[in-house]
Amino acid sequence: MSFLTSELPALQVAVPLLTAPIVLLLQDRRLAWAAAMLASIASFFISILLLDAWRGGGDLSYAMGGWQAPFGIELYIDAFAVLMLLITTGASTLALGVAVVSLDDEVPAERQHLFYTAWLLALSGLVGIIVAGDAFNIFVFMEVSALATYILIAGGPQRQALTAVFKYLIMGTIGATFYLIGVGLVYMMTGTLNLADMELRIQDVTDLKPILVAGGFITVGLALKAAVFPLHSWMPNAYTYAPNAVSIFLAACSTKVALYVLLRFDFTVFQGNLPGHDVQFSGFLMPLAVLAILAGSAVALSERNLKRLLAYSSIAQIGYILLGASFVSVTGLTAGIVHMFNHALAKSALFVAVACLALRYGGSSLKGLAGAGRQMPLTMAGFVLAGLSLIGVPGTAGFITKWHLVLAAIETGGSGFVFVGVILVGSLMALAYVWRVVEIAYSAPATANDDVSEAPWWLLLMLWVPALAGIYFGLQPQLPLELSGEAAVSLLKHLQ
Amino acid sequence: MELLGLFNYWVFAILLMTGLYTVIAKENLFKKLIGVAIFQSAVFLLYITMDKVDGGTAPIIQAGVPDQIYSNPLPQVLILTAIVVGIATTALGLAMVVRINEEYGTVEEDEIQEMDLQ
Repeated sequence: MSFLTSELPALQVAVPLLTAPIVLLLQDRRLAWAAAMLASIASFFISILLLDAWRGGGDLSYAMGGWQAPFGIELYIDAFAVLMLLITTGASTLALGVAVVSLDDEVPAERQHLFYTAWLLALSGLVGIIVAGDAFNIFVFMEVSALATYILIAGGPQRQALTAVFKYLIMGTIGATFYLIGVGLVYMMTGTLNLADMELRIQDVTDLKPILVAGGFITVGLALKAAVFPLHSWMPNAYTYAPNAVSIFLAACSTKVALYVLLRFDFTVFQGNLPGHDVQFSGFLMPLAVLAILAGSAVALSERNLKRLLAYSSIAQIGYILLGASFVSVTGLTAGIVHMFNHALAKSALFVAVACLALRYGGSSLKGLAGAGRQMPLTMAGFVLAGLSLIGVPGTAGFITKWHLVLAAIETGGSGFVFVGVILVGSLMALAYVWRVVEIAYSAPATANDDVSEAPWWLLLMLWVPALAGIYFGLQPQLPLELSGEAAVSLLKHLQ
Repeated sequence: MELLGLFNYWVFAILLMTGLYTVIAKENLFKKLIGVAIFQSAVFLLYITMDKVDGGTAPIIQAGVPDQIYSNPLPQVLILTAIVVGIATTALGLAMVVRINEEYGTVEEDEIQEMDLQ
């Protein structure tokens, strides 16, 4: 057993990656799903083992093939990585649990094994980004996960899925290439690709202009991947026209992994070493975060498609994460990072509810959901519960984030009350757009869908697990707060 | 004459901007993909430029030749990886364009947007 535990970081990436060709060979769609689900559950289990290992021994460092850093490839697991691994593998398992029921309406049966292969490749790419300890490996895994995600989204039944994927492909490739330019410039000045080594070597660099340019390229490239306003235009279409199970998976983790890389790179490599960079970082990202919160929520207020409404809501939530990070304080970063966890819980529950509704009503337009509150009470109750977490009602996980964000805003001094106002307005707008859905579901008279039955118990289980987890982590937030707090402290250690 | 010595970097900048302009300004989906390919080739040029050492030869150890200066092999390996990633992305993009043509009957972006609005 100790052999396995010492190889855990590598296994985290290897398990989904090596299961993918097996799934490709299994032509039967049920067997393919079972293999993919097993790999996803195994990955989730490995994440939990890594959490235990981190709790026991601190940050884990794994040298691939025995070649030591900085010449060898290093995998590095710290608190932030553990939190992201739990989110990603958990979201993948949940979404696969929904896919077994929801996929039959969207992807033809003979192609589903190809779909699950792409799923496992996307999972291994995302997990690889999280555990990688050097900048170029992050690029490679970023492209692996991106290409697999394009295939997943293109599985959507409507033809708009194809144009959505094309736009995402163009913008995603430009983003990844900007990141590559930035890494190249940093390599030119420091001579290393290993993130920990870069931290040390950048302090000896005399000419800082290429480093500043590299910082700009990397920030913009990763902002493209993370759908930061105003580089978000690929996201609403991609989430709307993707198969419902894919929307669950992507909404919970794909943009957050890009934000994870952005925060790690910026705080460990650039912040402590460029004078005045913390002000530049927040000066650039704070207005974008505020705009994302206000504009994303505002557009969500007028959307007529439920998935698109939730996609614009995601843009606003990414704004909250960036707002917390741009305060450059321990409380602010803790708030931003814990929101990654809380939002993943809320959004995945909401998208599972969308899958349930789409299964019975067909499609996801708001008008088609009239009367859903009476005909599918358990589904809509789960939707409302997850919506409360999105708004930030006390007792839910979303409240923990909003509380810490407000604390961090007040800590910044006099102008902090502007940010408190922005956070409150954002929450009010979230209340408004969740209320729109609730009103149509409960008060509007039912149309000709009188013989609609409740969603299958399996899907209801998938819905209520993250919805109840949102309440649990709202009342007992020790685990995510511990991980986020540790992550924030270690990211800011240069500035303390 | 610093400007002439930095010739490679000028070409990098020109290719980068040409690629980006093509992606933004051209309406034909194929042309956009070619723009992305040009954009990526600019990055390859940047990496290769940085690894050439003055007087350096190909980084293969020659037995019996001491004190040989070698060019840095690491960026060359990085660029091979990036080229492969670029090929995969272009292939996937072209497959998407073929499917879009099957579904919409056109590959001009403005016509596709009109069709989607109906």
